[in-house]
Amino acid sequence: MARKRKRVMPGFGLTFGCCVLYLGLIVLIPISTIFASSAGMTWENFWATITSRRVMAAYKLSFMASFLAALVNVVFGFIVTWALVRYRFPGRKLIDAMVDLPFALPTAVAGICLATIYARTGWLGGLLEPLGIKVAYNQAGIVIALIFIGLPFVVRTVQPVLEDLGQDVEDAAACLGASRWQTFRRIILPELTPALLAGFALAFARGLGEYGSVIFIAGNIPMKSEIAPLLIITKLEEYNTPGATAIAVVMLAASFIMLFAINTIQRWSSRHMER
Amino acid sequence: MVQQAYGEIKLEQAGTIRPTHRQAAVRNTESAPVRWALTGIALLFLGLFLFLPLLLVFIEAFRNGIATYIAALRNDETFSAICLTLLVVAVAVPINAVFGIAAAWLIAKHDFRGKSILTTLIDLPFTVSPVIAGLLFILLFGANGWLGPWLAERDLKVVFAVPGIVIATMFVTFPFVARELVPLMQVQGDEEEQAALLLGANGWQTFRRITLPNIKWALVYGLILCTARAVGEFGAVSVVSGHIRGQTNTMTLQVEILFNEYNFVGAFAAASLLSAFALVTLLVKNIIERFSPEFVKK
Amino acid sequence: MKKSEKCIAALFGILVVLAGVGIVASVMSCKSANQGGKGATTQTGKATLLNVSYDPTRELYKEFNASFVKYWKEKTGADVEVSASHGGSGKQARAVIDGLDADVVTLALAYDIDAIAAKGLLPQDWQKNLPNNSCPYTSTIVFLVRKGNPKGIKNWDDLIKPGVGVITPNPKTSGGARWNYLAAWGYAIKKYNDPARAKDFVGKLFANVLALDIGARGSTNTFIQRNMGDVLLAWENEAFLAVNELDKDKNLFDIVVPPLSILAEPPVAVVDKVAKKHGTEQLAKAYLEFLYTPQGQEIAAKHYYRPRDAEVAKKFAGRFPKVELLAIDDPMFGGWAKAQKTHFSEGGIFDQIYMPAENK
Repeated sequence: MARKRKRVMPGFGLTFGCCVLYLGLIVLIPISTIFASSAGMTWENFWATITSRRVMAAYKLSFMASFLAALVNVVFGFIVTWALVRYRFPGRKLIDAMVDLPFALPTAVAGICLATIYARTGWLGGLLEPLGIKVAYNQAGIVIALIFIGLPFVVRTVQPVLEDLGQDVEDAAACLGASRWQTFRRIILPELTPALLAGFALAFARGLGEYGSVIFIAGNIPMKSEIAPLLIITKLEEYNTPGATAIAVVMLAASFIMLFAINTIQRWSSRHMER
Repeated sequence: MVQQAYGEIKLEQAGTIRPTHRQAAVRNTESAPVRWALTGIALLFLGLFLFLPLLLVFIEAFRNGIATYIAALRNDETFSAICLTLLVVAVAVPINAVFGIAAAWLIAKHDFRGKSILTTLIDLPFTVSPVIAGLLFILLFGANGWLGPWLAERDLKVVFAVPGIVIATMFVTFPFVARELVPLMQVQGDEEEQAALLLGANGWQTFRRITLPNIKWALVYGLILCTARAVGEFGAVSVVSGHIRGQTNTMTLQVEILFNEYNFVGAFAAASLLSAFALVTLLVKNIIERFSPEFVKK
Repeated sequence: MKKSEKCIAALFGILVVLAGVGIVASVMSCKSANQGGKGATTQTGKATLLNVSYDPTRELYKEFNASFVKYWKEKTGADVEVSASHGGSGKQARAVIDGLDADVVTLALAYDIDAIAAKGLLPQDWQKNLPNNSCPYTSTIVFLVRKGNPKGIKNWDDLIKPGVGVITPNPKTSGGARWNYLAAWGYAIKKYNDPARAKDFVGKLFANVLALDIGARGSTNTFIQRNMGDVLLAWENEAFLAVNELDKDKNLFDIVVPPLSILAEPPVAVVDKVAKKHGTEQLAKAYLEFLYTPQGQEIAAKHYYRPRDAEVAKKFAGRFPKVELLAIDDPMFGGWAKAQKTHFSEGGIFDQIYMPAENK
């Protein structure tokens, strides 16, 4: 409703032109190449490529690992955000700043570091190995790498919403006799759900495409610990560009769907906030 | 289920007594043990997944003392990699910033058909696998790509040269600024701008004097994230770089090369520089926030 | 308000200046890269040569390039600069196909250069351009094991025993790993003389593989740094380098040379089309021919590549254990094109051994 009353702001033409031009040059034209390249295949070929068992296994692994990692990130990322926003403890600012580290640390370095830590000779791998838990060179390693990669997405999505969340509602709830847990469940969580979902979706989508950090820790055994982006590289090495682009197209489609979900969630979330 | 309901009732009863007198002075919060437990969990989680890798980088880098560390960084190839990374950042970040502001203005202040498609497209590079991102530019600018023959005729090199690395970085860091700005500008609405326009300011003045001060911190934050990502990008750059030593290796690629040459100190020294860079930019942001008089955080 | 405006103006100023400087610099570098690429024709008179090579040759070509620069200066008086690019063999070949301006390629296997030739960048019969099928040095595949060889690994048979952890790179992405695989295949064919049993053999071998890194160097790191597995299948030169570089002080590893292995021939070639464009044909040819000179051969031998030159080979004979070597042109492989198709192409034998259900 508010939209209708809006008067026209200046600069539409300029910014629209700017956006579309830049978007076209940097995003649309490059992305169209991949569709064009896979369009060179027949439909049967395309289908055979993307449904071959090895590719399916890689998709399944990529999806499962990203899903798990995103789930872990939502739970723990939420606790981290909560602690950062609501509590005061020494070093809070520094820790707040460091949450962005996975954005900044090159993924290859992250992969090497994580592999070093979780390998049997590493600090944690050495502790876990006697317990029969093998992390590095296993599916668990992939999840660990993806947790590292996805964490800032959850924290940075939830943080502003939590900061904006007025505590007066909580106070009112407490006044009315709600326990802290009830307040959390009935008042805070519903308010944060869209942000948490958006964070989940972003971390998940990012995890799907992750390559650099995963290959160092995954072991890369076909059917077992081979992720989909690695298969793209494998196909390229076989000089099979259409095959590579076919897998890429499926992953791009997955990205599109994820993004659409994110945007829907966020639209829902902003409507939720206005209410 | 029954037990849970029972527990809720008990908690409810306990809750009725507690908050009455404290809430005016102290904000309604969890009990101390819960607070400590949650903080503990948060720190433990961050410790395992963030600090440990970071710590490892620095420990490995300084393993043989500070002298070897400095020697490792003074390697010619590492130095040229640092220069190239800075160059890439210097081009990609400002361009993305200008675009990000334009996009945010467009999306937050205007209504038009296809807006949601535009928003989705802006976000797209976030979720495109870096490997695919690199592949895109090879398919476009490579010798067998769409523009390849045209470029070859004019003896212009894009992929396997600096421009390709810059463009790939621009692609990957493309959404950061816009993504930071759009939600904020949407929340802020446009009343202030409308008022300024009514008072006779032109569009540019309105933007400079009203909008920009309002979004300043989100912009700085977006720039920082964009810079951090541009510095750290690996997958896409690796595909388009060509790995020519001393010419088309960025810092992240140099780390990989050093690692593959069994030069672990050198590799981790370069990595530590990258992490330090990230930490410094993030701390700078915090310092600006703290000392800036106009900055009021909720 | 005033202050914040100033602040913003400054921020904007910085952004614009940065962008300007950056764009100018990148255009310049683009130009200079192009000029550099033109090689001998640049005004500075300093020709440049780009050697695109595979992973384990870093140390070899570092030393070789320096010697060549010196040699060229003495011979012609001209300065030359040799740049190098290293990576997985297949990845490097693809980069050259996609427009990486390599004057010469020195890759892990002939198949990768064939792929470049298929795109018309060099003649199909490029292997005839230089002696010894254009392979100035050879290597083979050996085992690197933990000190004292606790699992008693002596031959290929020992790799398929249960409980032996094998580390090798992925044959799909690493040239060296293809040699590894083919060496195992060759052994099995020799032993059983039956492709079905050979397939079973390599299947068992790869069932023992703990991690398939994408490159040879990655595998070496996995084996040595991460302490994974009991045996690393490696290039002979990589194994020696690892033992002599990484294991000098600790002495944690032994090299085991199996009685039968494969003759790995990493080929070299001038990329004619690129060299012609750069005007570096003479230089590129001289560069590769220098590999065949006693000096070049000695550098290769020093880095544990088996030299072709009889004299040099004699001099370094103590370095290289005597092994029965199978050649890739042996009928059991049928040359690279056939071997690639049978074993490593999509749905090939290597793919099949990872598809357990299809075998049943």
